[in-house]
Amino acid sequence: MATVSLTVNGKSVTADVDPRTLLVQLLRENLRLTGTHVGCDTSQCGACVVHVNGEAVKSCTVLAVQLDGADVLSIEGLAPANGPLHPMQEAFRENHGLQCGYCTPGMIMTAVDMVRRKGHELDDRTIREELEGNICRCTGYHNIVKSIAAGARAMASGAASKAAE
Amino acid sequence: MSATGIGAAVRRKEDQRFITGKGHYTDDINRPGQTYAYFVRSPHAHATIKSVDSGAASSMPGVVAVLNGAELAADKIGGLICGWMIHSKDGSPMKAAPHPALANNKVCHVGDPVAVVIAETLAQARDAAEKVNVDYGVLPAVIDPAQAQRAGVPQIHEVAPNNTIYQWHLGDAAGTDAAFKSAAHVTKLDIVNNRLIPNAIEPRAALAEYDAGNETLTLWNTSQNPHVARLVISAFIGMAPEHKLRVIAPDVGGGFGSKIFIYPEEVVSLWASRRVGRPVKWVSDRSEAFLVDAHGRDHVTHAEMALDAAGKILGMRVKTVANLGAYMQVFSSAVPTYLYATLLSGQYQIPQIYCEVDAVYTNTNSVDAYRGAGRPEATFVVERLVEVAARELDIDPAEMRRKNFVKTFPHQTPVIFAYDAGDYEASLKKALDIADYKGFAKRKREAARQGKLRGIGFSTYIEACGLAPSQAVGALGGGVGQWESCEVRVNPTGSIEVLTGSHAHGQGHETTFAQVVAERLGVPIENVSIVHGDTDKVQFGMGTYGSRSGAVGMSALVKALDKVEAKAKKVAAHLLEAAEGDIEFKDGNFSVAGTDKSVPWGGVALNAYIAHKFNGQELEPGLKETSFYDPTNFTFPAGCHICEVEVDPETGNTEIVGWTAVDDFGVVINPMIVEGQIHGGVAQGIGQALCEGAIYDREGQLVTGSLMDYCMPRADHLPAIKVDTTMTKCPSNPLGIKGCGEAGAIASPPAVINAITNAIGTEDIAMPATPQAVWAALQKSGRSLARGVIQRDTEKKNVQLYL
Amino acid sequence: MYSFTFERPQTLRQAVNLLTKNADAKLLAGGHTLLPTMKLRLASPPMLIDMSGIEGLTGIELSGRALTIGAMTHHNEVHISPVVQQSIPVLAKLAGMIGDPAVRHKGTIGGSLANNDPNADYPAACLALGATIITNKRRIAADDFFTGMFSTALEPAEIVTKVSFPIPKKAAYQKFRNQASRYALVGVFVGKRSSEIRVAVTGAGANGVFRVPAFEEALKKRFSPKSLEGLSVPAEGLNSDIHGSAEYRAHLVGVLARRAVAEATEK
Repeated sequence: MATVSLTVNGKSVTADVDPRTLLVQLLRENLRLTGTHVGCDTSQCGACVVHVNGEAVKSCTVLAVQLDGADVLSIEGLAPANGPLHPMQEAFRENHGLQCGYCTPGMIMTAVDMVRRKGHELDDRTIREELEGNICRCTGYHNIVKSIAAGARAMASGAASKAAE
Repeated sequence: MSATGIGAAVRRKEDQRFITGKGHYTDDINRPGQTYAYFVRSPHAHATIKSVDSGAASSMPGVVAVLNGAELAADKIGGLICGWMIHSKDGSPMKAAPHPALANNKVCHVGDPVAVVIAETLAQARDAAEKVNVDYGVLPAVIDPAQAQRAGVPQIHEVAPNNTIYQWHLGDAAGTDAAFKSAAHVTKLDIVNNRLIPNAIEPRAALAEYDAGNETLTLWNTSQNPHVARLVISAFIGMAPEHKLRVIAPDVGGGFGSKIFIYPEEVVSLWASRRVGRPVKWVSDRSEAFLVDAHGRDHVTHAEMALDAAGKILGMRVKTVANLGAYMQVFSSAVPTYLYATLLSGQYQIPQIYCEVDAVYTNTNSVDAYRGAGRPEATFVVERLVEVAARELDIDPAEMRRKNFVKTFPHQTPVIFAYDAGDYEASLKKALDIADYKGFAKRKREAARQGKLRGIGFSTYIEACGLAPSQAVGALGGGVGQWESCEVRVNPTGSIEVLTGSHAHGQGHETTFAQVVAERLGVPIENVSIVHGDTDKVQFGMGTYGSRSGAVGMSALVKALDKVEAKAKKVAAHLLEAAEGDIEFKDGNFSVAGTDKSVPWGGVALNAYIAHKFNGQELEPGLKETSFYDPTNFTFPAGCHICEVEVDPETGNTEIVGWTAVDDFGVVINPMIVEGQIHGGVAQGIGQALCEGAIYDREGQLVTGSLMDYCMPRADHLPAIKVDTTMTKCPSNPLGIKGCGEAGAIASPPAVINAITNAIGTEDIAMPATPQAVWAALQKSGRSLARGVIQRDTEKKNVQLYL
Repeated sequence: MYSFTFERPQTLRQAVNLLTKNADAKLLAGGHTLLPTMKLRLASPPMLIDMSGIEGLTGIELSGRALTIGAMTHHNEVHISPVVQQSIPVLAKLAGMIGDPAVRHKGTIGGSLANNDPNADYPAACLALGATIITNKRRIAADDFFTGMFSTALEPAEIVTKVSFPIPKKAAYQKFRNQASRYALVGVFVGKRSSEIRVAVTGAGANGVFRVPAFEEALKKRFSPKSLEGLSVPAEGLNSDIHGSAEYRAHLVGVLARRAVAEATEK
């Protein structure tokens, strides 16, 4: 067993884990944060995407022991507890960007990271290329693409109004 | 139309939990003392089991139990079943082979479960599973359905000589022969409908808990139809009496058919939970899902269409071999028969149709319903034949279809169905306009300048949904009724719970069913909750598949609401001191006709329960009604999809550059959700047409056993989709709904292949039309260098047409 | 996964010592090949040595006529690096074509090269650009580094620390993806330095990445896609699987090489 200390959704967490514990297992099984999902075993589907130190990563392909001192953000921490939804979450609802909901947390976490890297004006092609590592079986991606474009713009106005405050 | 009633694009009530990571899927649920199951699976496609030695595994750390098929049989746990009887032409019943939940004596496909390890952790279970020593006697295997019936090939099940399950037919053979004799032209095609792997993103899972004190079993399960699962596991498998078994299907992450069925893993998890006296959780990993989740399609077909010189269809003759895999599944016998041949008339007046279907066993995983289930296979046959016939007769493909459309309703086809309503010309016309068919020739020329081959393809499809009148289904061999139930519980405060036997796994029932209630009772949509997926809450239901939740499930809701309204009027009559017949109900208010006396919904609800204003002996207190709705006909959604592609002749790569879908689903409850269903269905159909296909090698190993080798459509494979609708009301149900869940997957494969063949100028291409397949087809036909194909000289940055 | 022990050395020397003492130990760089392989129980190293705690293995540096990238530099860093974008833009582009965004946040150039997946992108870049792979022991020319499918010239306890790319005059990469895995079904990298022209092919070769001397000779006469018209590589010895026959891959090598040269000359 190994001890790992990290921050998850703003809270300090220390856990004793078998070295073979994946980040997604730490989140789901140790911390009972079950919003992060597992959809494949070849690191392709993206249902498990979370942010580690501000960047999107596949939590099924990172060992918990690699993350000593890391800052992890999962879907549960994206919006403040009891606060308003994150604009990207809101955009997925508004644009029917989800059906069964299983790939959704990974999609939203990927989308937020996409905006960080690619900005607030995202065209259809960019979004589709950037979704390379996220598979959805329900939506045909059409409304996911729409959601991300809208969410990206909403994040810009959110940032602008914050700056104005 | 109100903001939340029928026809409104209401944002989904269920989304809040999904976008915040608060959904409850089966694997999110944990029980105290939970153990983990891992299955030992056959590495061979066909083998005898000489022995199963669990000794070493049992002594591994954390192991609670290692159980095998002999023990399962000793505990008298019955086998899995097929629920639809098909009779062969000669009247003999289909040859259903035994299907034990853990193989005993023999394995029949790679992945067939042989034993299960129950351990404290999943890793320990998996570690120990590797130590279970199974001694196999490897047998030769039969993989190719086209070979399965030949003399001398390996026999899989004793009950099924020549690996033949049934030899079934539908239609008038002699009449069809006569039609072909009179034909001026016959179009012939050999078609393989490729085998698909469903791949709902949530893998299947089961959590079983035995309560020794009450002798009850609870199963949390990724199921599209928990009541049917309970019925089968109880009545046929004999796990527990029905009233001692609770099945809960919580949030389910996509199904597409694959979660209809009752699989070995949930049966074994229940059994193991009782054996070890602790909860047992099993979660499939993706590799297992590829091996054992029921696959879809897999037909080999020869099809012929007879036409007169003007392009009028005279008859069709279809011969199909359907691969059902190693074992039959719940619906697998019905999919290539009554869900397939009955749709061969398409949207067309075809006087004579004759279809023969042989279903065969092979040493591959089971095949059963996958989004569309039989209807995509039929549509592919019809729409490819019509398209190719049009090309052979040099008739415009749109005109060809128009010429043959059914134009008057009801229309009796030669293959059972009576189409009740439709306007096929309207959807074709609208689609042609949206897709700018007139501008296609210009776009093709522009593409040619860029070195691309542009093609356009049509699919004017029909499907039969809303399964279905129970008596009719019974007459055709179905083992259960196909009604749906609904209970509407009005609370004293006026809020409402709807308990439906339909099950949502992405379809948004919590919103659309609530819309129907809001519309009917005039209550705010927030005051309505939809309860489903738990056999302890909902009395019985048939579940969700075959696009039936709207047409059948919501019809049951409407019937229950009728009863609620009737009862509420009685209560209102007492409150308003008026005759029941004078009570009017509108916008959530009960009023006395011709007066200003009224009482709101909430007042009636409260008074129904406090029962102070009426005699409880004459009128029962309370406000709760149930209905069981049995449909009077199938429903017949139909429409026109148009696909436009550009093929890169150098690489064979196909890009879908345009997609138009115009569908007639009857009355639409929530257009946003309907559009989403189309998007998803089209994506699955494009996947089938362009990139998906299960491939087994000769030894029966699944070559496409992971996402590394099985191509799931990604965002950049797919186009933006233009969706529109036309509307003819469905006459057979109270809301006029036809159903929309499968249409996209049914319509789209032939549209893609018709577009590609139009682009490359040869019909000789099978699905999936991968870049390699398209390139090979071009090579074979010599078209890559033929007239009209362009080679680009990139250095000079100009193009030259090689004529 | 099978169980293993986990080490996180702080220095290269510690990592080398661990490797020396534990012959079956594996280095964990980005882990995006190793961990999935272990999850599927296709690999069972008794020890993982996490390289992320060692200083000095990341970074991108331009000095003189060479661009040097630390072995633990993530694909995304190469992709977005202004230095790479200015000196060898195609390398930045290539890094952005590996895997997906989340993979690129973890995957490393050193890990990719040491793994030498026959369908990976970086080996083609190294071979076509005449890169030098720098280890804790020596400098290895790309021509000598890639020795076959999943095999390299690395010796036991030898660790890639940097990769140095000479700056080409012209270069381009054309990748045709395996639709399922998204790796290169065939990828062709064309690099031109003053007199040297190299064409490297990934995805197609049964022994991993390889050069195409016939194409290079033809391009030396004139660096133009025209020079490659009608040229192809023999199908014999190429990979053949459900995604692409050897014949198809051979054909694609010709198509992509022409497109790569066209792209390189457009700039």
